[in-house]
Parts: sequence; C-alpha cells; structure tokens
Amino acid sequence: MSALGVETLSHDFGGLRALNDVAFEVAEGERLVILGPNGAGKTTLFNVITGLLRPTAGRITVFGHDVTALAPHRRVRLGLGRTFQVTTLFPRLTVLDSVLLAVQGADRARFTLHRPRTAFPRLFARAEELLEAWSLAGQRDVPTRELSYGEQRQLELVLSLAPGPRVLLLDEPTAGLSPAETTAVADMIRRFPRDVTLLLIEHDMDVALDLAERVLVLHEGRIVAAGPRDDIKRDPRVAEIYLGVDEA
Amino acid sequence: MRAGVAIAVGVVLLALSPLALSSYQLGLLTKMLIFALFAMSLNLILGYAGLPSLGHAAYFGVGAYTVGLLAVKVRDNFWLDFGAGLVAAAVTSALFGLLALRARGAYLLMITLALAQVLWGIAFGWRWLTGGDDGLPGVPRPAAGLPWSFAGGPAFYYLVLIVFVVLTAAFWVLVRSPFGQALVGIRESERRMEVLGYDTWRYKYVAFVLAGVMAGVSGNLFVYYNGFVSPAYLSIVFSAMALIMVILGGAGTLLGPAVGGAVIVLLENVISTHTERWLTVLGVIYVVVTLFAPAGIMGFVRERWGGRTV
Repeated sequence: MSALGVETLSHDFGGLRALNDVAFEVAEGERLVILGPNGAGKTTLFNVITGLLRPTAGRITVFGHDVTALAPHRRVRLGLGRTFQVTTLFPRLTVLDSVLLAVQGADRARFTLHRPRTAFPRLFARAEELLEAWSLAGQRDVPTRELSYGEQRQLELVLSLAPGPRVLLLDEPTAGLSPAETTAVADMIRRFPRDVTLLLIEHDMDVALDLAERVLVLHEGRIVAAGPRDDIKRDPRVAEIYLGVDEA
Repeated sequence: MRAGVAIAVGVVLLALSPLALSSYQLGLLTKMLIFALFAMSLNLILGYAGLPSLGHAAYFGVGAYTVGLLAVKVRDNFWLDFGAGLVAAAVTSALFGLLALRARGAYLLMITLALAQVLWGIAFGWRWLTGGDDGLPGVPRPAAGLPWSFAGGPAFYYLVLIVFVVLTAAFWVLVRSPFGQALVGIRESERRMEVLGYDTWRYKYVAFVLAGVMAGVSGNLFVYYNGFVSPAYLSIVFSAMALIMVILGGAGTLLGPAVGGAVIVLLENVISTHTERWLTVLGVIYVVVTLFAPAGIMGFVRERWGGRTV
C-alpha cells in the first residue's frame, strides 16, 4: 500500500488550471522531490494534499484512507504533516512553547481546559527531547521572531516532526538560506527518521538531487517527467524547463 | 512568586475594603469589579485567540435583560434568574458564534457589531416587554431564594468579589491549559495550528461561547447592581468600551483587562462629574493608548519591571 496516493487530481483557480490531471503514488519511506519552475503548481499540489484547498477533481489517499473530503486537522491525524514555503511560525511564542504546541496537537490532552498544561509532564518531556535531538535546546526560551531566519526554518522542521508524521511535505525548506544554512537544513532532513515518507519541493538542485530517490517534474500543472533521480538528471525536458527554453 | 504575593495582597485588600471605604466608594469599587469581569471575558477571545469583537455587549445585555425581566415580571429568585441569564448569554453567543466566526479581522468586527445592533434594536423597539428607551427599572438586589440577603452594599460587594475571584482563578487555569495555549497558537498562526492537527474552528467557537457566558455573568451582576436595565447595555458604546478596557489594560494578559476595566470605570466616574463629554475623553484615551502604550498598562509595567508574557 502506498503512503500517499494522488489520482487524477485537478485544481482550478477561476479560469486558471493550476493542477491538471496529476497522478502519482509514493511508497512508504520513499523520498520524492518535486521539481518545476515558479507557477508550476507545486505549492498548490501541497495545499490540496493537506486539505487547505479542495481539489476541483480527483482523489487523495493516505495509507489507503480517502482523505479528499477531510478537513486539514483530520488528515494530520492520519499522519500527514507539512512545512510552508513562507515561514509559518508563532512569532511571539518561545521556541519551547512553539514545540509544546506542536507536541500537544497530537496528544489527547489538546482540548483539556480545566487543568494547566504543566499538569502534563509528558508534553514537556517530548518537547525537550525534540529540542535536544535537533540542537535547539540552547534557544528554548528565545521568542521565535528573534531567531535567525535559518533557525526559524529549522524550528519549522522540528514543529513538523513533533506530531510524529508518517508522510511529510516540505515546501522549499532551504528557500532564502545562505549556503551554510542550506547545508545545515539539508543535513537535518537527511537525519529524519527513515520510515517517514518525504515529499520535497526544492529549487536548490544540489540539495534536491542529493535528497531525492525519485523525482517528479511539474510544469504548468502537469507531470511532465517522473522517475529515479539519475534518469531525471539526464532528461532533456527538465533542462529545457529549468533553462527556460521555449518549448514551442 | 512575586506575582503570587502581589495577587494575595490584592485579594486581602479587596476583602478588607468595605471596612475603609464609604458606601459610595464601595459602590464604585463594586462596579469596577463587574466591568473588570466584562473586560476579561472579551480578553479571552481578543487577547488570547486574536478574535476582535465589537458586539460583546450583546451577551452582557442579554444576561442583564433576562435577569431584569424575570426578576421584575416573572419571579424574583436569584438562582432561577441568574441561571437563566447565563443560559441566555450562552445561547446567544453560541448562535452568534456560528454566524460570526466564518469571518476574521475587520469583517469579524463588523459582523459582531451588526448582530449586537439587532439585539439593541429589539430592546429599543419592543416597548411593552422591555420598556424601550425608558428601560426596565425596579430590579431588586439578590435576596429571594438565597439563605441571606445580598441587598446591602457590603453584602452585594462580597458577592461580586467572590464571583470575581472564582472566575479569575478559573480564567488563570483556562489560559494556561492546553486549550488556552492552543488559542494563543491560533492567534499567532491559525494556518500552522491547522497543519499541527488542531480543529481551530472548534477552539475559536468554544472560546467565543465561554467569553459570552462570562460577559453574561458581568451583565447579570450589573443589572442587580444598578437595579435597572436599558438598551444602552446592548449598545455599541458598551462594546467599544470593553474593547478599550482590554487594550488599555493589555490584551492577552491575565489581569491587564481587569485593571483596564477598573480604570475606565473610575475615570468615567471622575470625569463625568466635571464634563458631559465622557465619550470624547474615552476616544482620546483610546488614541493615546494605541499611540504610546500599544501593549497597554500591563505591557508597560512588564517593560519597566520585567515579567513573563503569556
């Protein structure tokens, strides 16, 4: 059974067809990179998979469950997690409080309102564990907005890992980072648990091709190429799209 | 720890104040506590969940009218009337929440304002029931149905004080609970919370209803305090005043809005003895606070003397 299945998926923004009959499957534990120029529909694809947008047509499954009509938080329960292209964090909360929220989201105490959070030591233990594992313990009491941009991107990855996802969608995790920060983030992703299925949108070709096992190339809302990384590297269509050669 | 001591001292001072204050001053203090509760209730949605409302007087007024009408026209029984006031506030906020929480930001402000204005219009127009613009006088202080009477100034003050302390303690637990922290997360980034597995609508809705019930408590107490209810309780002036109390005191802090509520009541009292133009002064206060102390009194105190932010 595939970890993620996308069948004949289309999404229209008014008259613009952002996704056109997209179909693919991702096996459990696989690391898939999605390539494509700006406007190819990559982020739209992520938004549809995670439920922030309803598809015009098509079907999405997570470990065999049809999630097409489910609200975003219900999909998270089935193991779907993501990060955003534009850093989406809690600016005024400290690193620890942010991670606590992420941990709590997957805990049955998340709707408890008659006891303070400190009555649930397991939340704190798990949060501290994550901060230690991903070298953010030194920043635990720093408000998120005071972190460097690189640290914010790392925190976002930690938040996405906190609920223990089985399928994780990372939308340009290295966008806007310096080369050193890019290396740090790429190392982090490499260290993600092997059983977590990864879908990665990435513009840095070195990072993308290093992390990818399989590559999917999206162009104008369609999948134009898909296959193992080395095949895609040699695919002339990919070079065309990326070098901006006019197809007509 | 320091904050704990300060709060304990504050509660003791409040408990002892009937010994030191004149009955007029005690009455003013009672009113300050009632509006402190009103401001705190709005703070739950505005300060913690980031949901602005310009119609919060709706639940205050519905509670007040329910208690007033029942006590005057049906049966003067504290438990019955007070309980009905709370139920009415809960039902109103549950209904309004369903309609209003589809929107956010300025749109949420406008929808909540419109909904509250509908209630104001009903209270104003339905003369034979509500007395219209003249209001509904003659609401007795809580006595009937209770083991002893809360009609006297000090007794009524203690009733209000007990309600205030109990609700503040409950509020403290609530905002520190996983639920309360999730509200803060929604304020900071609702989208992030959604993809962390939170049903954000459900959190916002429950907070909205809880805030409505708490506003109902303050409205219930206020109608007993004043012995009178009029459409003004449902008006935009009351809603805007609550908003200013929260912002003045410090949105998103536990006690800031209570302080803001007390300060506004005190200022209104002092300034109204000198001029008719209280609302103008209130407007000026609002502008000055947003310009020079956007984090409110509590934010200002924290900046000067430190302390944790929630």
